[in-house]
Amino acid sequence: MIFGIFIVVLLLLAALLFIAVVAIYNRLVALRNRVKNAWSQIEVQLKRRHDLIPNLVETAKGYMQHERETFIRVTEARAKAMGAGSGSVKEVAQAETGLSEALTKFLLTVENYPELKANENFLRLQEELTSTENRIAYARQAYNDDVMALNNKIEMFPSNIIAGIFNFTKSDFFELEDKGERKAPQVKF
Amino acid sequence: MWEIIESNKRRALWLFIALFCVLVIFGALVGEVFLPAEQPFTGPGVWLGIGAAALLAAILGAIAYWAGDDIVMSVNKAILVTKQQHPQLYNIVEEMQIAAGLDRMPEVYIVVDDAMNAFATGIRPEKSAIAVTDGLVERLSRDELQGVIAHEMSHILNRDVLFMSFAGVLLGSITMASEGFLRGFFYSRGSRRGKLSGGRTHPVILLLTIAFAVLAPILARIFYFAISRRREYLADATAVRLTRYPLGLASALEKIAADSRDLGMYNRFTAPLFIVEPLVNRREARRSFFSIGSTHPPVEERIRILRTLTGAGFRDYQGAFMKVTKEATLIPERILRDKAAVPLRQPPPGDAQATEPTSEQKHRDIGDLLMATAGFLFLPCACGLKVKVPPTLGKASFPCPRCGRLLLLPSITTDAMHTRPEPAPEETVEDEPLFYERKSNGWESFACSCGNIINLSPLFRGRTMTCRRCGRKIMISYPY
Repeated sequence: MIFGIFIVVLLLLAALLFIAVVAIYNRLVALRNRVKNAWSQIEVQLKRRHDLIPNLVETAKGYMQHERETFIRVTEARAKAMGAGSGSVKEVAQAETGLSEALTKFLLTVENYPELKANENFLRLQEELTSTENRIAYARQAYNDDVMALNNKIEMFPSNIIAGIFNFTKSDFFELEDKGERKAPQVKF
Repeated sequence: MWEIIESNKRRALWLFIALFCVLVIFGALVGEVFLPAEQPFTGPGVWLGIGAAALLAAILGAIAYWAGDDIVMSVNKAILVTKQQHPQLYNIVEEMQIAAGLDRMPEVYIVVDDAMNAFATGIRPEKSAIAVTDGLVERLSRDELQGVIAHEMSHILNRDVLFMSFAGVLLGSITMASEGFLRGFFYSRGSRRGKLSGGRTHPVILLLTIAFAVLAPILARIFYFAISRRREYLADATAVRLTRYPLGLASALEKIAADSRDLGMYNRFTAPLFIVEPLVNRREARRSFFSIGSTHPPVEERIRILRTLTGAGFRDYQGAFMKVTKEATLIPERILRDKAAVPLRQPPPGDAQATEPTSEQKHRDIGDLLMATAGFLFLPCACGLKVKVPPTLGKASFPCPRCGRLLLLPSITTDAMHTRPEPAPEETVEDEPLFYERKSNGWESFACSCGNIINLSPLFRGRTMTCRRCGRKIMISYPY
């Protein structure tokens, strides 16, 4: 009799434990998927930036014949950033920081060309670029929030045990290296 | 972020249950009054009353759910815009969608109105939309517009539209039921009442029902408005969390508060949706006793909270909120889980002084405004002087006081604009739009082809305007 009750209690405890493990596991998977989703959102926006640059350069070229160096720097930074596209979060962040720097310098140079600043096509591209920089910033913000949630779960008890068993790894934050370049390049007209 | 949404849902559910209980109790009382039973609350009247009340709420709720968004949009005469038509506005909405992590891009609408306001709808999340007025888009900078859009996006994100719409439906049901009861009761006094079932209404129940009918709508409204105000603060907090830039929203609210135009399509049912109260005099009356009956918190307090923020987290907003309003907590402490500081974005350099007009300029603008209301005309001369012509001039041309150049009064003499009551018939036939090209940023006047003199203020940035006399559309262009 007593043995029977003992068995039932044991079974109940095992069932409870199982449910808890499943719940935590599912939560971890959901968080990991959210991070993945947020990362793909960043990639979409980075690609948008890469696609925008040739247009921008093409429009500006006619007005800025003496700035070959600036153009080369932007184009090279873009090529590098596109090459880093499949790498780790850190590599992508580094390459994109380089591209941001080159773009900021380019937009500062534009200040010296009033005709270019009045060009309607350029203004349109300028708005697109501003928007894209904002999008990257907001996508990064969302991604980092999600990474924080996932990493917390992986480190905290009791979910850390389940994370260890099923090999959940912490994700990297998407951080831009140079603090000065955190801001989107702001150009006043 | 997600905790806030959860807490919002719970709170909305309570509001919901409370309002529904009020409605059901009221239904039962009314049923008892009209169909009294021998023993109070045992007859069929009670159940009929409850059923009728629930049915009323269900019908209104179904209308709100299936057609509410379309009704709101058409009541406000909002026009759907695409990315091609308004790239910047569209971009900003997309940016905020990314920041909010919403799966679906809300539709973007423009309300053709010179007032500055914005609202969000979306009772069904898959049909959410954000609408802004023409005046808002024209007069706000990119950062300010972003703040406003973020606020509206927060309403969608926090599911405010859904819950406030249904709470509004229950509120409407209570109001309708009580009005119907009071009218029906005093009309049928002594004639049919009580004869259907043969019983007599207990006088206490009768008094109770009348008191309920008078008080319930008022109390429900105060309750509803209190929650509506709170949600505005919460949407501000969420907007800051999204943009990390409270100064944009703060300066947008300042501009909107300084604007004195009422929204043309005012409707008291859609008023709680807007970012600020659409009627200016209601906005001004906020400090008075009646502020408990206003749907929006005072704009000044919202601005002050935003200006004092030192971080973008909810915790920072909570602190500033308590300091400014002296009220208790806005967000329950237990759900404030984000311990980590959320840094703010710094304002772009040189932004503040660019938008601040000098005091001399302000004086001049006020003077111009007074002259415009007194019927003065404003003629920009080629030398750069803005000549103010009194309505009593009586001449068709005069020399410019600075450079001596001969200036012509706009096409029609001043007295004609008072005496000619209707446009000439041949002018009404032609249906082509008129064009006017602006010459400066200041006050300007021109004559419509019907002879009506139209003054443009420096703030006017619209693309079209309608002549007050002949109703013709005039396209305004800005070549500078």
